[in-house]
Amino acid sequence: MTAILGARLAGASTLHLDEELDPRGRLVVVGNGMAGARFVEEVLERGGGEQFRITVFGDEPHGNYNRIMLSPVLAGESHEDDIVLNSHDWYADNGIDLRAGVRVQRIDTAAKQVHAADGSVTAYDHLVLATGSYSFIPPMNGVRTADGELLGGVYGFRTIDETRAMLEATGRCTRAVVMGGGLLGLEAARALQGHGLQVELVHAMPWLMNAQLSREAGSILERSVEALGITVHLDVLATEVLGTGHVEGVVLEDGRRLDCDLLVVAAGVRPHTDVAVRSGLEVERAIVVDDQLRTDDADVYAIGECAQHRGSVYGLVAPAWEHAKVLADVLTGTDPDAEYTGSRTATKLKVAGVDVATMGTSTPERDDDEFLVISEPKRGVHLSVVIRDDRLVGATLLGDTRKVAFLTQAFDRGAPLPEERIRLLVDLSDGAEEVGVAEMPADSQVCNCNGVSKGDICGAVASGCGSVGEVMDRTRAGKGCGSCKSLVKQIVEWAADGDLAEDPAASWYVPGVPMPKPELIRAIREHDLRSVSAVFAKLAPDGKDDARSKMGLTSLLKMIWGSDHVPEKDAEFINDRVHGNIQRDGTFSVVPQMKGGVTTPAQLRRIADVAEKYEVPMVKVTGGQRIDLLGVRKEDLPAMWNDLGMPSGYAYGKSFRTVKTCVGSDFCRFGLDDSTQLGIDLETRFQGIESPAKMKLAVVGCPRNCAEAYVKDVGVVAVGGGKWEVYVGGAAGASVRKGDLLATVEGRDAVMTLAGRFMQYYRENANWLERTYDFVPRIGLEKIKQLLLEDSEGICADLDAGMQRSIDAYRDPWGQDAEEPATPGQFRTSLPLVELPAVPVR
Amino acid sequence: MSVTDVATATGVVVGRVEDVPPGEGRAFVAGGEQVAVFRLRDGSLHATQAACPHAGGPLADGQSDVDVLVCPLHQYAYRWSDGASTSGAAPVRVFPVREVDGDLVVTL
Repeated sequence: MTAILGARLAGASTLHLDEELDPRGRLVVVGNGMAGARFVEEVLERGGGEQFRITVFGDEPHGNYNRIMLSPVLAGESHEDDIVLNSHDWYADNGIDLRAGVRVQRIDTAAKQVHAADGSVTAYDHLVLATGSYSFIPPMNGVRTADGELLGGVYGFRTIDETRAMLEATGRCTRAVVMGGGLLGLEAARALQGHGLQVELVHAMPWLMNAQLSREAGSILERSVEALGITVHLDVLATEVLGTGHVEGVVLEDGRRLDCDLLVVAAGVRPHTDVAVRSGLEVERAIVVDDQLRTDDADVYAIGECAQHRGSVYGLVAPAWEHAKVLADVLTGTDPDAEYTGSRTATKLKVAGVDVATMGTSTPERDDDEFLVISEPKRGVHLSVVIRDDRLVGATLLGDTRKVAFLTQAFDRGAPLPEERIRLLVDLSDGAEEVGVAEMPADSQVCNCNGVSKGDICGAVASGCGSVGEVMDRTRAGKGCGSCKSLVKQIVEWAADGDLAEDPAASWYVPGVPMPKPELIRAIREHDLRSVSAVFAKLAPDGKDDARSKMGLTSLLKMIWGSDHVPEKDAEFINDRVHGNIQRDGTFSVVPQMKGGVTTPAQLRRIADVAEKYEVPMVKVTGGQRIDLLGVRKEDLPAMWNDLGMPSGYAYGKSFRTVKTCVGSDFCRFGLDDSTQLGIDLETRFQGIESPAKMKLAVVGCPRNCAEAYVKDVGVVAVGGGKWEVYVGGAAGASVRKGDLLATVEGRDAVMTLAGRFMQYYRENANWLERTYDFVPRIGLEKIKQLLLEDSEGICADLDAGMQRSIDAYRDPWGQDAEEPATPGQFRTSLPLVELPAVPVR
Repeated sequence: MSVTDVATATGVVVGRVEDVPPGEGRAFVAGGEQVAVFRLRDGSLHATQAACPHAGGPLADGQSDVDVLVCPLHQYAYRWSDGASTSGAAPVRVFPVREVDGDLVVTL
């Protein structure tokens, strides 16, 4: 101890000295599973690392892993590395003493010491038991060998070690019996079947998942499971396990014999309470705790599956995590009065490939409970709700879980229920949205871009705005990213309560010319109008121009006339006038074309040189797999383009932007086709094509979807054998939507044709600024399929020709305007007394 | 182009009419102040302060019609007649501007 006087402590003695002098309390956690480890995280989050020296005992030698994910590991869908939650390093980094692989034997609550199997004795101030559960092995003759171990080939399904052993066994086994038709048993059966084993499932109760599902729902699940090729035996116990040294089969109580070389016992779990029992703590079904998770010893707590609170023992992770939070609040003093009052358990999972969500009770329990059931055995769908005193007390969704979000809210928070109960389970089209809008609180924000609340919108209606357009002008709601427009419309309609002027402008393509798009296109053709000023002169009221209509008209004229359109610079938005995206300080961003996201060392060198020469404040890799040079003065644009010698990437326009790709079959070991080249080809063909709103594309070489093709305006996915799926109407911006599968086509040429046809149909029929994710649902996927795949209206040839006209009209704007400005002062500064860039330089 | 900063009896010559293409706007410095001058397609001339009162956007890069000027950054619109915003922002200052023998003359 003399070292304490020295200024520098020797490494080896540091720990010891700390222990002696450490003023922190000693917090010991027994159990390193989902509950124990989460509790430690919650304590650290509350600054508990300063308050406590933490020791964690774990029965298993591993760090902490996600037990829920063992099923995907067994199915081969996840790797065991992926389910690690906290590695040994994490414990070390957080100063936690992890005793992995050390089983605790008993607690001396009088001396406040933990006695472990390795002979160690650890003192505590606070002790938390999080010992979890173990697999229950029902009594069967022959299931254990003479020394009490499980017979060879018999496994519980609870730990990573058991999962590993089963995975390894799948290589040599052919027939499996799974005992238990609950969640775990079903998942094990499905996983083993996926490995090619013949699987039979034995369940002691009359229907599957009897703890969560009604008999009717259980029967529907049974059909779905049988349809997968898994044989189900219900309402029968196994009495004997056959085999000496290794399992050969099981005998059921009715005498039937099922041969197998692998037996999985998933017949439920039991709380691990032996340590608590040996230590003299009060144990009933599990360790009894009060509302602060305290046992009958004031310094010993229990959380998770080993705890019994107000008579309930939970087998789900959500309550365990609630325990962890409350106890962390109590022990760290963050909220010394925190209390746990029980969990309303709701689960949503995929069982054997079937979506299942359950909450509360599955069947009515009182005479006046309302019970609504929709059962469609053929589709494998069963939906039911139980309502008591106008509150949702239970719901079961099998095979279709679309309504789970709303139901969970109603269940958790007791939210008011629609009078027509059927709306809980299905969407009815008439006025369904009114309910939602009416219930929104007045202060809830509708337009996040401009900070407009529902109350603001109602206020605008009350003060006389008589149409959606007027409300949007007055409040600026929906004028940012636009993703809230439909909600704004619903609120205006609700607030006006039918007293709303029909907004004729809503159907116009642009506000300044009173015509819907098809009519406008006809008029433009009929009068041979080739410039925006000509359109205003002929078609606008009093021939008056309109600033907000110019950009949309320019786009439309380019689409209609191609290179025969008469350009007018003032009808273009500034981005299109100078071919860059305007930034907050009035500088611009420069994004060179980088087809398919593929570049070269020479290109990168040139970009680097240009960035240095023009002192570009920020060089950033974009989401579209290109390189963005940000903060460029307008005056510098032409010279930069010249130095770059690369075409424009059109990162500023309402136009075809970019095609993201993955590395495809050339490099990726999973690639099914050459996605990179197809992406490059698509970008080469459709570069710079103007459209009602931007179009972002992607091509991926396999369904792993590394370049996110499922959420693009047009996304292409290789599925092998030269076939490609073409998705349309996807988005991952202000709105997120998975694209709809338009078609699976054979060969790259077919992809090019179909993509072009779809984009042209969109260009000709979408409203100004209407993205494909709104356009596709508005028109309807089926209609689009008929039009583009079956040519139901004979328009495909025209679409192809129209797209070709625009492709032929393409000229790189950088190459063009860098030579000579299109108008005098095209690149002059517009803030001559402001020194730009006014953005931070990185 | 020559940006002459010559005080005349009633204003400042900022440039030539042909410096501003039809329908567009360009920025100039007049009497130590930056102004945006617009030449509409109907031949009329308008001038405003160069920076948008909302967030400093370059108004000369905006789009316009016979009634309003729209800032390119957040689409706030300002009336030529009095500089008032139609969408709730602070007003812009507007300046008299006229053509004298091909010169643009702004009165500050």
